[in-house]
Amino acid sequence: MSTCGIAAGAEPVYRALADAVRDRELNIEVRKTGCVGMCSMEPLVEINVDGAPRTMYGEVGVDAALRLLDEHVGRKHVVPGFQVPGVDQLGFYEEPGHDPKAKQHRIVLRNCGIIDPTHIEDYIARGGYQGIKRALAELGPEGVIDEIKKSGLRGRGGAGYPAWMKWSFARKAEGDEKFMICNADEGDPGAYMDRSVLEGDPHAVIEGMLLAGYAIGATTGFMYVRAEYPLAIDRIENAIRQARRLGLVGKNILGSDFNYDLEVRLGAGAFVCGEETALMASIEGKRGTPWPRPPYPAEKGLWGKPSNINNVETLANVAPIIRNGGAWFAKIGTKKSSGTKVFAVTGKARHSGLVEIPMGTSLREIVMDVCGGVPPGRRVKAVQTGGPSGGVIPEDKLDTPVTYESLQELGSIMGSGGMIVMDDTDGMLDIARFYMGFCVEESCGKCAPCRIGGKQMMNILDKIADGNGTPDDIILLKRLARSMRKASLCGLGQTAPNPVLSTLRYFMNEYEEKLLQPV
Amino acid sequence: MSEATMVPDISRTVQKWRKKRGSLIMALHEIQNAYGYVPRNVSLQLAQLMDVPLARIYEVITFYNYFRLEPPGKNVVSVCMGTACYLKGAKERENEFCEQLGVEEGETTEDGQVHLQSVRCVGCCGLSPVVVVNGETMGKIGPEDVKSIIRKCREEH
Ligand SMILES: Cc1cc2nc3c(=O)[nH]c(=O)nc-3n(C[C@H](O)[C@H](O)[C@H](O)COP(=O)(O)O)c2cc1C
Ligand code: FES
Repeated sequence: MSTCGIAAGAEPVYRALADAVRDRELNIEVRKTGCVGMCSMEPLVEINVDGAPRTMYGEVGVDAALRLLDEHVGRKHVVPGFQVPGVDQLGFYEEPGHDPKAKQHRIVLRNCGIIDPTHIEDYIARGGYQGIKRALAELGPEGVIDEIKKSGLRGRGGAGYPAWMKWSFARKAEGDEKFMICNADEGDPGAYMDRSVLEGDPHAVIEGMLLAGYAIGATTGFMYVRAEYPLAIDRIENAIRQARRLGLVGKNILGSDFNYDLEVRLGAGAFVCGEETALMASIEGKRGTPWPRPPYPAEKGLWGKPSNINNVETLANVAPIIRNGGAWFAKIGTKKSSGTKVFAVTGKARHSGLVEIPMGTSLREIVMDVCGGVPPGRRVKAVQTGGPSGGVIPEDKLDTPVTYESLQELGSIMGSGGMIVMDDTDGMLDIARFYMGFCVEESCGKCAPCRIGGKQMMNILDKIADGNGTPDDIILLKRLARSMRKASLCGLGQTAPNPVLSTLRYFMNEYEEKLLQPV
Repeated sequence: MSEATMVPDISRTVQKWRKKRGSLIMALHEIQNAYGYVPRNVSLQLAQLMDVPLARIYEVITFYNYFRLEPPGKNVVSVCMGTACYLKGAKERENEFCEQLGVEEGETTEDGQVHLQSVRCVGCCGLSPVVVVNGETMGKIGPEDVKSIIRKCREEH
């Protein structure tokens, strides 16, 4: 029961099932879980009763749910027609004839769709809070940082900075008080990995916050969640209350001398607030305008005190690393990009949803094998990663393995994990305008290159789209892009030209078709 | 309730947040949740009770898209304009809403019944295109759904 399930009508299905089970006096438990990841097939119902195979069903309405009770639970046989692969079958969307190597590997999403996120006991039953226990009893703060160093974990919020390094800077910084911040702003349109984790397994993020806070020596942790995610906010607030009750948050955590409190702060609909310095300004109750770095947050962050900020997915990786050891994690993925990455695959993909794959898996495997490509009769044209800061990757480059470096070489970025599949009906000039329009609207306006440059680029793109462009306009676009990249104050302006540049790089023909005098 | 007759009680909100650091935005959230927008007289009170200049409060309200200075319509229809939804026809859906309601994006119908706005990705991209109606997220919105959403909004009031 996450936002997508509820949007698809999971609530009445749950009620119908719960009522029927009660009326018929059946001895089975009807439970709510978080998002499984197969969003386009919601509502999903998994049946796990004695004597019948454990089965997941997709697009279940009220009538179908009652039929499942009659047939699957009553007569113990799998109901044909709307069965989908189960959570424990890692290659979710695998279909006959597809490459069986294309498998998901769930670390971040380890509990999503399995546990009831509103019950801390469910999380604990699956090894939850063992990481912080080990840290307090065995490792100490330096030991935690060491394990994270061994793991090679890099930030999943965009830039891919090694987590241990940031922690270590914040640990070494002088200050009477330090802060740990969780970036749950998730402003990239088309991305919702962070929402799913917050809704489906909030304690995983809290345990990550505890470990990071402990490692850097923080006394308070802030969870900055965007206001557009009301269910995620609910779940995280509930989870903090539960953790506090069990002595996992607050004073003398697990009987140690570690004191650490967690507070939730809400965003208010500004994309730039995902940028770390703007986010801190927002927590302070101000306009979310970024400040130039250095000083980095590790030295002077929230209220001028040493602070560290990590993304939700980064934090969800931390507890398993501490529990299983850094070496375990380092073996997954590639040498320089270890572990897994969660992608929200949307757009024209046949099966859109969340997939978690080991780093190094190729884009083609993700799009074609795991997500089933595009609907029959269509052709994959490109994949967009990294949102407004990223770029498009044309079909003939899909064999590229997913790592921070390889995507950058193609003129895109890993970003936070939005992956938008485009087919032959999608126009690239239109996509470039969409993202540029987004950045123009979301620019905080503090620096001129971003505020004015973005607007000018937008004007030129519109002019080209209207059929009034000339080859000189392309040159001007590139020149403006260069200035924005170099001179903007924060990442928003520095990366805003990327979607334009990458469409120019791979799909120049689509621009040329529109120009008055072809190049 | 007209604004003149409304005697807002924000003392509890203020009490809760006054002592906490960086709580202005949280207090504004509570106020908007209670009234549907941030009324001017409430901002004035907030300024006094929390001891912040009114200008600071307005500076914040006007920066963030989420806060409203005007009351919205009785029903709020938000069309997601995130990338996934955009690719799946969100713009067309929005145009249909505009046409059938006779308003532009960001406006309220003359009878005050429906406020139409576009929002950034609501994180439900797997079901795109997505529309949020009075806080309820609805996925896979087709042209025929536009009419029924409008009808439902009008019937309920
Ligand atoms: C304009 C802009 C928006 C950003 N939005 C987000 C966001 O929504 N979520 C996020 O985790 N990081 C976002 N970032 C990246 C953060 O600034 C920061 O690098 C990240 O939170 C660090 O965490 P990590 O090291 O765990 O990745 C954004 C950066 C920029 C420049
Ligand atoms: S793009 Fe509409 S919900 Fe994400």
